[in-house]
Amino acid sequence: MMEKIIFGRYLPSDSVVHQMDPRAKLLFIFAFVGIVFLANNVMTYALIGAFTFLIVFLSKVKLRFLIGGLKPVLLLVLFTFFLHVFFTKEGDILTQFGLLTIYKGGVIKGIFISLRFLLLILVTSLLTLTTPPISVTDGIESLFGPLKKIKVPVHELALMMSISLRFIPTLLDETDKIMKAQRARGADFSSGSISNRVKAIIPLLIPLFVSAFKRAEELAVAMEARGYKGGEGRTKYRILRWSMRDTMAMVFLVVLSAALFILRSY
Amino acid sequence: MNTIAISIKGVSYQYPEQESIALNNVSLDVYKGEWLAIVGHNGSGKSTLAKMLNGLHYPSEGTVMIGGYALNEENVWAIREKLGMVFQNPDNQFVGTTVQDDVAFGLENNGVEHGVMEERVYASLEKVGMTAFLNQEPHHLSGGQKQRVAIAGVIALRPDIILLDEATSMLDPLGREEVMDTVRELNEKEGLTVISITHDLEEAAKADRVIVLNEGRLYTEGTPQNIFQLDRELLNLGLGVPFAVQMSQLLTDAGLHLSQRHFNEEELVSELWTLNFER
Ligand SMILES: Nc1ncnc2c1ncn2[C@@H]1O[C@H](COP(=O)(O)OP(=O)(O)O)[C@@H](O)[C@H]1O
Ligand SMILES: [Mg+2]
Repeated sequence: MMEKIIFGRYLPSDSVVHQMDPRAKLLFIFAFVGIVFLANNVMTYALIGAFTFLIVFLSKVKLRFLIGGLKPVLLLVLFTFFLHVFFTKEGDILTQFGLLTIYKGGVIKGIFISLRFLLLILVTSLLTLTTPPISVTDGIESLFGPLKKIKVPVHELALMMSISLRFIPTLLDETDKIMKAQRARGADFSSGSISNRVKAIIPLLIPLFVSAFKRAEELAVAMEARGYKGGEGRTKYRILRWSMRDTMAMVFLVVLSAALFILRSY
Repeated sequence: MNTIAISIKGVSYQYPEQESIALNNVSLDVYKGEWLAIVGHNGSGKSTLAKMLNGLHYPSEGTVMIGGYALNEENVWAIREKLGMVFQNPDNQFVGTTVQDDVAFGLENNGVEHGVMEERVYASLEKVGMTAFLNQEPHHLSGGQKQRVAIAGVIALRPDIILLDEATSMLDPLGREEVMDTVRELNEKEGLTVISITHDLEEAAKADRVIVLNEGRLYTEGTPQNIFQLDRELLNLGLGVPFAVQMSQLLTDAGLHLSQRHFNEEELVSELWTLNFER
C-alpha cells in the first residue's frame, strides 16, 4: 500500500523539470499558488490547466502513475466538488429532488474550485517527484538565506531537515525490527479493538524513542568529532546552478500571469 | 618509527556526577606510523580515552599533546583535523544523505573550497574502494561499507592519525575483514598512524603494539606476542573469554540450571529458549 503513495517521493529521470534548479522550482510553486487564484472563468481555467499538463508532460512523469498515486487526494477533491454543488445557491435551478436543490452556479463553482485544488496538488507533487529531497532542502536554505540577517537559524533548520531525511529509512527499518521482536513475544498489532491496538503501539514507540535519542546523541558527538561547529565559515559541497532554463521558467510564469489577468475580465 | 605523535602524561578523568574514575593517571606515547591497539573489557575507559584524544572532553588532570598541539579548547579544531575518529555504530555517524555528501561533511566543516572538495571526496573514496557507491544512500549499504565511508570521511581531511573506537564490533566477519584491510592499507601505504580500540584480541593481534587498560588504569603494554603470553591474567581482566562462556557462567551464578558451559553463542541461545519447554 505504501508503494502507491507518491506524495514526498522522488522519481529519478533526466527530464527538463528534473534538471531545473530547485530554487526555480520552489519559486515557481510559491508563485503558482497565487496565480491559480487569478483564474475565474472557463478561458483562464483552460489556460492554467493546459499549462499544468504541459509541465506534467515535460517532467516525463506518467499521468497514469500520477493519478493513481493521488487517488486518496482525489476523493477529497470530489468531496469539495459535491460540497459546493449541494450548498451553493446561485444562478438558475438545474434540478430539484426532495429537499435538495441544485443550482447552476453551484455546479460551476464546484468544478472551478475542485479544479483549482487539483492543479495545486498536481504541481506540488511534481516538485517532490522531480527533485531529490536533499535538493529541496538546499533550495530552501538558499532561498531563505537572507533571513539569517535577522537571526533566523536557516542553516540549522536545513541541516535538521536533511538529517531527518537521512534517518527516515533507518528509523523505519528499526520500527520493523522492533515490531517483529514484539510480535515474537505475542504482541498483536493488527486485530482487536481500537483501544487494544493503540495500546499495542506503546511497546513499539518507547524502544523507538529511546533508540532515537541514543542515535541523536551519538550523531552529535560524531559530528563534533568531524569538525562541525555551526554554519559559520562552512563551505558547501552541493552547489546550486541557476541556468537559462530556470530564467525561462520564470519568464514563462510572468507571461502566464499577464495572460490570465487579461483573460480574467472576458 | 620513533617520532612521537601523541604524548599522554598522567591523565585522569572523572565523568560529572560519577563516583568511579573513568581514567586514572594514564601515561603513554603513540609513535608516528605505528598501529597501536588498545584493549580492555567493557567500561575499562577505552572510549573515554578515545574521546579525550579528540577533545570531546578534557583531562581533569595531566596533559595531552597531539601532533605538536597541547589539547585545549583553543587547539581543539586543529587537533580534530590531525586526528580523525571512526565510531562503533555505522549508522549513527553517517551524516550525509549519500556517500559523497557524507565524505564531504568534514571538508565542508573545515571550509575547504569546492573544487578541492570534489577531488578529495573522490580520492578518499578510491582509497577505501567505494567509488562505485558515490550516490548511494546509507540504508542501501552494508555495515562494513558504511564504516569504509566513515574512514573515507576521515582521510579526506588528510589527518596524521586515525582512531577507531570498536569500529568493527557491530560488523559481520566479512565486514570486519573489509574494514581491517582498508585500515591496514592506509597504515602501510600512506603511513597513517592507527589507534584501534577493540576487545577482539584477534584484531589486536595484528597491531605493532598493544596496550591493556583495566579499571581506567594502564595495566600493561607490549607486542601482541608479549601480551598473549599473559593468557591467564587476560582472562582475569575479562579479556579473551568468548561471550558465550562468560554469559553461561553469569547465568549459572544467577541460579539458572544450564546443561553445560557453552562455548558457542548459538548453542547457548537454543538452550535458553528451549529451557522452559518441559514446564
Ligand atoms: N557519558 C558518560 N557519563 C557518565 N559515565 C560514563 C559515561 N561514559 C562512560 N562512563 C563511565 O566511564 C567508565 C568508562 O567507560 P568507557 O570509556 O565508555 O569504557 P569502554 O569504552 O572501555 O567500554 C565506565 O565506568 C562508564 O560507566
Ligand atoms: Mg567503548
